[in-house]
Amino acid sequence: MLQALYENIEQTVAVILFGIGFVILLLQRNLIRKIIGLNIMSTATYLFLASMGYIHGRKAPIVVDGVTQAIHYINPVPTGLVLTGIVVSVSFTGMMLALTVRLYRRYRTLDIDQIALMARQEEVE
Amino acid sequence: MSKRRSDWQNRPQERFVRWMREGYLALDEAIEDSVIQPGEAPPEVDPELAAQHQEAALQHRHDRDLALDRLAQYDLYAWTLTKGRRLIGRLHVLLSLLLGGMIIFFLLGTVAHMPRFGAADVPANNEVITRYIEQGLAETGATNMVAGMILDYRAFDTLGESTVLFIAACAVLILLRIDLDDKGQPTQQLIAEESDDRHYEPKNDRILQGTAILLTPILLLFGLYVILNGHLSPGGGFSGGAIVSSGLILYLNAFGFKKAGRFFSYKTFQLVSFGALGFYGVAKAYSFYCGANGLESHIPLGTPGAILSGGLIMPLNIAVGLVVACTMYIFYALFRKGGL
Repeated sequence: MLQALYENIEQTVAVILFGIGFVILLLQRNLIRKIIGLNIMSTATYLFLASMGYIHGRKAPIVVDGVTQAIHYINPVPTGLVLTGIVVSVSFTGMMLALTVRLYRRYRTLDIDQIALMARQEEVE
Repeated sequence: MSKRRSDWQNRPQERFVRWMREGYLALDEAIEDSVIQPGEAPPEVDPELAAQHQEAALQHRHDRDLALDRLAQYDLYAWTLTKGRRLIGRLHVLLSLLLGGMIIFFLLGTVAHMPRFGAADVPANNEVITRYIEQGLAETGATNMVAGMILDYRAFDTLGESTVLFIAACAVLILLRIDLDDKGQPTQQLIAEESDDRHYEPKNDRILQGTAILLTPILLLFGLYVILNGHLSPGGGFSGGAIVSSGLILYLNAFGFKKAGRFFSYKTFQLVSFGALGFYGVAKAYSFYCGANGLESHIPLGTPGAILSGGLIMPLNIAVGLVVACTMYIFYALFRKGGL
């Protein structure tokens, strides 16, 4: 099993990064760190996808000198999927950071527990 | 498990509660016991007075129970704030680490059974890929197969992506925009100092301005090259748009919002984003309509490798690049100052 993991080292690293991002998301109480954790998770997914598309000894899918046999080029689909993922990740990161700025302006703290406590008190009052 | 325990009164929780209560009750009961000794004849009392006393005693007992309940609740509350909080915090850390470790473990188990990295016979490398590569050049006219794929075969997906970016920019605009009144002062007093973009920084930094004068034209030119060459070489609308917006942001940083506002305002953002997305939608609607009805689309594919080739791919790349550049720039401006 270790041998197999070592041969798939890119995917192993991607999985470990995914777990690290997930634990950061659960453990950190600072909102900015939570967003960083989510971004680590999405980056791990891109690494995994990009490593799925690679084939040894083949070139990037850009036609050179009119060669269009499939055996000369790597898989172009995961590349396009990673592009989609990056765009969506930029969008949601911007959105979440904007929400965090609004929360900070209102409560003057980034600690999610304190924000929840203050929101509860406001509700009671 | 659904069967109810017969000795529920001896459960640890019940015993704990009883112990806590008896800790307070012991004194009261000792006094009650000492009032009338066993074996002694009860003294003669007026029955009316006895009834009154009985009632008063009951009332007192009721009040005391209520107070004790409150006290127990308060103790529990204090416990949650001190020891309980620490305990639950530790439990949370432990469970989170356990969950993360389990996720890593099971995913690693999956990875160990996946096809080897870089093998040619993986299931993902199927007939779709073969067709994309072998027919792609003839059907889309783009030498960059990824550009041909995302802007021709999967163009609907890319339209969705650009729309997601545009909607994210609009959402950030709604969340972070600071409105100005007639005199140009922010309407919310609390964030007045945040709307002053030069509050924390030195004014007119010469080094930054010199760098910006040198680098901004190069960045804009390189961004345009990446956008326009998207169908021929690595690059395209998304990366080129990000480079263009980085040039704009550098200019904004060096010269401030007043000068940058001359060429980029909310109106520019609206016009460019709407125009680019509308053009994208109409162009792809045309090619989908032609493709679905078997009509010949009158868009020449050109010679592969020339700059004017690839049919709709270059205009679509430009549209995507404009949306990305506008979105990135407006993200920066809103986070920096809350407006343009």
